[in-house]
Amino acid sequence: MTIARAVAVAMLALLALAPSLPMGGYKEYALHVMIQILIWSFIGGAWSLMGRFGLVSLGHGAFLGLGAYTTTLLWNFWGVSPWAGALVTVVLTIALALVIAYPCSRFQVVGHYFALVTLAFGEVIRLLIIAERDWTGGSLGVSLKPAGGDSLLALQFANKRVFYYGALVLWLAGLYVWHRLDRSMARSAMEAIGEDETAAASVGIHVSRFKMGITVLSAVLTAIGGVAYAQYISYVNPDTLAGIGVSLRIVFAVVLGGMYTLLGPTVGTALTIALAEYLRIAFGLRFIGMAETIYGLLLIVIIIFLPSGIYGSVRDLFVRRRPEAAPARAAA
Amino acid sequence: MIDPIFLLEAAINGIMLGGILALLALGLNLIFGVIDIVWIAYVDLVMLCMYAAYFAIQVYGWPVWLGGLAAVALGAVLGVGVHLLIITPILGSAPVNQLLATGGLLFFLQSFATFLWTTDHKSVRLSLPSWEFAGIFLPLTRVIPFAISIIAVVALYLFLTRTFIGTAIRAVSQDRDAMALMGANPQRIYIVTSAVGGLMAGLAGALLVFQYSVHPFFGGQFGPLTFMICVLGGLGNMVGAFVAAFIMSEIIAVAGVVWSTEMGYVIAFVVFIVMIFARPGGILARRG
Repeated sequence: MTIARAVAVAMLALLALAPSLPMGGYKEYALHVMIQILIWSFIGGAWSLMGRFGLVSLGHGAFLGLGAYTTTLLWNFWGVSPWAGALVTVVLTIALALVIAYPCSRFQVVGHYFALVTLAFGEVIRLLIIAERDWTGGSLGVSLKPAGGDSLLALQFANKRVFYYGALVLWLAGLYVWHRLDRSMARSAMEAIGEDETAAASVGIHVSRFKMGITVLSAVLTAIGGVAYAQYISYVNPDTLAGIGVSLRIVFAVVLGGMYTLLGPTVGTALTIALAEYLRIAFGLRFIGMAETIYGLLLIVIIIFLPSGIYGSVRDLFVRRRPEAAPARAAA
Repeated sequence: MIDPIFLLEAAINGIMLGGILALLALGLNLIFGVIDIVWIAYVDLVMLCMYAAYFAIQVYGWPVWLGGLAAVALGAVLGVGVHLLIITPILGSAPVNQLLATGGLLFFLQSFATFLWTTDHKSVRLSLPSWEFAGIFLPLTRVIPFAISIIAVVALYLFLTRTFIGTAIRAVSQDRDAMALMGANPQRIYIVTSAVGGLMAGLAGALLVFQYSVHPFFGGQFGPLTFMICVLGGLGNMVGAFVAAFIMSEIIAVAGVVWSTEMGYVIAFVVFIVMIFARPGGILARRG
């Protein structure tokens, strides 16, 4: 057993036992923060599946909002279980992702253009949610109808522990998908496409199939993250779950952590959420906006001084100190 | 059925708005064309300039023209400041980092404005008469800004085509490496470009403050729209951006009257997405 594996097992054990640790009166709050970190890390990981290959999407809020609103509205209006709702969401998300991904790969929309097309797309979904206010409650958002007590069918639980373990499983599943992709041939193909589409096509890589596949995968996982978050918070709002703000937040967290590593999105998300929570508590209601101001300022500073992300920069430092580690890993 | 007079009035309002959107799109497009970075926070600079005009005119009682000039000057200063403080260090970074650095600026400006001035909507009240033709009202608070923005667009065109530094700016946007080889100093051209881009933002802010109330999240109203106009016209293509500004503002104004404001934006954004696929290089680009 290598040291890395032992550390991983120890961390997992700690995460699994976390709800049972004595934390005094802070337990509920600590669990709340942990659940948020796990769900948003999962979403960040889903984004990085695309982002690491140069497909920088600024419209992932669209998929997040689609997932959250579909299950919430199906449950509120027709009492459809979120499990069935999630299936509907997945089908809708695949359709929506293809609507964007097919033309984008067909017409070679890349780089700045891709970012701006996805940004427009995210805004379309946010504005549609606001415009259909008879259904969605407009910009006021809508609350999940209570099922009256714990219910596995309705995915509603009074105890935060249940959500914690659910989020933990979701997060691990996200890491597994990331790892599988990282080890697959698709990764090499996608990297080639990210470098030069024409060259990739010339060596027989089916460019549009790979790009559409990775977009659909990333979108579906993001939508599932949206379902999970909506079930936990039991309130959906177009500004927190769709549009440019939340899309930028996802990208920030991932880039902050470093998008080329397995745990980069998690590290970035944990840091941004911890920072936001700390600033929120430190300033409270005294200086409205101050917490966000410092948050924005720190983001600029970090982007300027740590271009490959916090986790990535630390790891680079480590790898540069011991250059012999790199070939050993490649041979394994 | 909607009264055709209303539709005509909406169409005319669309043209008026189009003039100001053209200013914004040209400013952003100039910066993108020359420096190759999209300022996500561009319209938030406009928001700051609107606040400057509001405070100068409404709170300190400056004359309208002086308040407007102050906003324009602030825009130019902000443009240079953003370039020196944020853009210069990341000129060689990955594109996603460049987007995010200005995205961080967006968060910073929005929340700092919230901190300083709260989220109250503030507006400058001017009582100017309206012109009336055959039942259509044309408020002068829209006609005068439209006229000024068209003059500014023409001035920008003359600056870029008839002056030495303007020619140098266009040359850099065509081939940045070749210009450096010719002995031009890119940093100086970048600063002038950022100043001109900021100036356009300041002017747009000074004109918008008479029609819209300003609040910290004003950028969300026009920001995405401005990027879309730039892409629709072809990033870096000035004439295209000018035409695209009027197309988008017409769609928003007319569809906003026929359905609702949100649907107006939705239709405009859908048109944008479709146009990107139909003409990836912008509406005026030749088909490859």
